[in-house]
Amino acid sequence: MTEVAPGYYLALAGLMFSIGVIGALVRRNAIVIFMFIELMLNAVNLMFVTFSRIRGSVDGQILVFFVLVVAAAEAVVGLAIILVIVRRRSSANVDDVSLLRW
Amino acid sequence: MIALIIFGAVFVFALGCSIAMLFAKNAVHTALFLVGSQVALAVAFLLQGAHFVAAVQIIIYAGAIMVLFLFVVMLLGVDRSEVLVEPLPAQRQLALALGALLAAGITYIALTSVDLIGADRTQDLAAINRNPGNVLAVARTLFSRYLLGFEATSVLLVAAIVGVMVLARRVDSVTALGAEAPSSEEREVA
Repeated sequence: MTEVAPGYYLALAGLMFSIGVIGALVRRNAIVIFMFIELMLNAVNLMFVTFSRIRGSVDGQILVFFVLVVAAAEAVVGLAIILVIVRRRSSANVDDVSLLRW
Repeated sequence: MIALIIFGAVFVFALGCSIAMLFAKNAVHTALFLVGSQVALAVAFLLQGAHFVAAVQIIIYAGAIMVLFLFVVMLLGVDRSEVLVEPLPAQRQLALALGALLAAGITYIALTSVDLIGADRTQDLAAINRNPGNVLAVARTLFSRYLLGFEATSVLLVAAIVGVMVLARRVDSVTALGAEAPSSEEREVA
């Protein structure tokens, strides 16, 4: 079942990562930006699995677990921060949070 | 041949969902398209013999994390419309151009120079999946070579839990420097 060349999987992952970058730069809602960051992490997971297949060892699949744990922790903390910001200024727009910008 | 057809479907579905995320106006639609692309990626994991990771992708990512996202979106209000005014001139055009450049670069590298990575390969993933099995091989590697990292993730999770509890605590008397006075709605909740 593994006839498709790994390069195509890597290309798919790269395209999804690029879409994630574009979305994180273009969208203005903090939660939506977070979703695009998750999309980028997913693309990197696909790359790890593909590299694991190329190298013929499960080490790449282990790294996916670490990415998963970091993504879960990051999502929980990030969403809590967004909740606090919305509670304070009733807006999830990232341009409104510019107190520290020079 | 079957793998090629399935991969084509995964490719189209994952990319279609990702592009649809860019254009979805509603945050709930964005989250649902993200779930779609994650399910497509789980199929891609299965195609490459990463059985356990595929199951975990569905359970943790498409299940737990996305439910958390949807919960927060619902909590903040779904009908909140996104402001699309750009404070920086030409940021959107620049983001699109550089993103396209990044996509072209990664795709070029992926399609041309990937053979170098597997040059010193001594074992085959399909053989590993047959003989000890995928879950067993992952568990043996995780609990031997990556044991320290595994323990470190538990520390990370505890730190995240404590941090979220501190963040989610509602303190009425805290007025940070430059913070606005609490709105009437906020006072009503408090």
